[in-house]
Amino acid sequence: MSAEQVTTRRESAVAGSVAALNNLGYRLQRLPLHLVIIIFCAIWIVPTIGMMINSFRSVSDMGTSGWWTTLFPPHGFTLASYNQVLSLEGVTPSILSSVLITIPSTVIQLTIATMGAYAFAWMKFPGKDIFFIVIVGLMVVPIQMTLIPVLQFFQLIHLNGTIMAVWLAHSGYGLPFEVFLLRNYLGGLPREIFESAEVDGAGHAVRFLRIAVPMTIPAIASLTIFVFLGVWNDLLVALTYLGTSTARPFTVVISQLVTSLGGGWQFLTAAAVLQMALPLAVFIFLQRYFVRGITSGSVKG
Amino acid sequence: MGIDQVITSVIAVVGVPLALLGYIIVGEQVIERLSDSVQSWIRPYFWALPAVGFATIFMVYPLLRTVVISFRNSEDTDWIGLANYKYFFTFPDTLTSLRNSLLWLVFYTFFAVFLGLIIAILLDRVRYESLAKIAIFLPVPISAVAASIIWKFMFDYQPPGTPQTGTLNALIGLFGRDPVAWLVNSTTNNAALIFVGIWTAVGFCMVIISASLKAISSEVLEAARIDGANEFQIVRLVVTPLLWPTITVVGTTMLINSLKTFDIVYVMTNGAYDTDVIATQMFSQLQHAHYGRAAAVGVVLFIAIVPLLIVNIRRFQQQEEQR
Repeated sequence: MSAEQVTTRRESAVAGSVAALNNLGYRLQRLPLHLVIIIFCAIWIVPTIGMMINSFRSVSDMGTSGWWTTLFPPHGFTLASYNQVLSLEGVTPSILSSVLITIPSTVIQLTIATMGAYAFAWMKFPGKDIFFIVIVGLMVVPIQMTLIPVLQFFQLIHLNGTIMAVWLAHSGYGLPFEVFLLRNYLGGLPREIFESAEVDGAGHAVRFLRIAVPMTIPAIASLTIFVFLGVWNDLLVALTYLGTSTARPFTVVISQLVTSLGGGWQFLTAAAVLQMALPLAVFIFLQRYFVRGITSGSVKG
Repeated sequence: MGIDQVITSVIAVVGVPLALLGYIIVGEQVIERLSDSVQSWIRPYFWALPAVGFATIFMVYPLLRTVVISFRNSEDTDWIGLANYKYFFTFPDTLTSLRNSLLWLVFYTFFAVFLGLIIAILLDRVRYESLAKIAIFLPVPISAVAASIIWKFMFDYQPPGTPQTGTLNALIGLFGRDPVAWLVNSTTNNAALIFVGIWTAVGFCMVIISASLKAISSEVLEAARIDGANEFQIVRLVVTPLLWPTITVVGTTMLINSLKTFDIVYVMTNGAYDTDVIATQMFSQLQHAHYGRAAAVGVVLFIAIVPLLIVNIRRFQQQEEQR
């Protein structure tokens, strides 16, 4: 082994350890970054997990010790809260009611919105710009501004307290945003397709049903998830038009139980878990569409 | 909730799309028989009618009607001028709700956007970004009702000396501090409620800001690094200005949300202990059938939103010019 080779070996060994040190230094430097992120994630995830764990404990446990004590034996897990919640009068029907409110509301507003969006995207008519600016404006109008007259309208036509009232109200409130979004999507489709269909003698009905709707399915799918969860999670609309009616959805029943129970509300953790099971499942399995719906809705427009 | 409601729902789910299909096909059949000039005049209105009709019945007309109601008495029998507004701006309870809504407006909006921005920037620098994003985004699909119950447990209070069941009080107990009745104590309760709001909103802000952060070219950032800028300078002087258009969009959305806040306050405190906001105040007036007063509260809320409405319309018009 020549002297030269030894020195290079030594140099490379030194260089290696310097690199390792640099690497370590780099990692140490980034430690605060990881720490901050972990703290944020903990604040955003621990409350939900804590509540979920609590929902599987007895009410007396919930009232005397924190959820974290259950992490060590004896765990004392029980389904008592779920049994108690589901046996309360009105709870099980309200879950069914949530389904019966959400699905028709979503279907009604999306079909109407798609048709309206087509007119705004592919037809010319006087006043179109004004109409559309009104729609853009309506997107941010607080629904509080509409509650009283719509309530009076439902009382007038004897729909107050029925699920049909909430279908109609949700559809009305959701339309501006959906027409806006779908019109932008439809308007972005290639003009040539519609023109060549027109040349082939296809009327607007055919162009809409055979071309526009199938090509808009991705946007409609994202929007469906979004609208579905919005209605499922809604409190204010259902509270106003259904109040104490037997048709009231799960969110309304939970909120009324929270306010009426006062002290012994702990078993409502089970109700909250049941209520959020569907949104969480949708989020986990359809995450990509869900996030895409949000970003396309507010950034690009 | 009986079988008849199930049947009605099935009919609606199948029937409404079919009815619209029939409307389109039959309507087009009729329209195609008309002369060309009449066709091109009537067709767009025919297509836009269902959507525009719904929007008119459930938004435009009620909006105007609410303004009228706000100048009338509770029984809607007589004009009473500005009395409902005078009530709103002089009665202590409603003034508290106005103050709280202002607190929501400032703190909820600022922290939701600020934390969304910070978290988006931090997560951009680590390999487990997508996993961490799921954690931050988790509260977004959860309803405000469920989130309220989640946080009722976080803020839960037991008298000093007994084991704390609320996570927050147990934590501060570790540092030898006495438990705080977060939701009752009037110095902490509004902050606590606003924090719950922020908690549900940060994921939304983060996702949107993150999307436009990814669109910034890495060459710009490299150039800044070569020029000797440190990471803080890069974020402050390069990234934030480039993200500014997105931040204003997210900011306007949050401003509007802050003014509309209802669910969290309604479920967690129902407005007790001076936590009322404009929307809960309006709802309680509505429940007491004080329609005039409730309408006045609604109009105040709407007036607060009008500047944001104009901003949104302007932005839309700019986008239209670029199309």
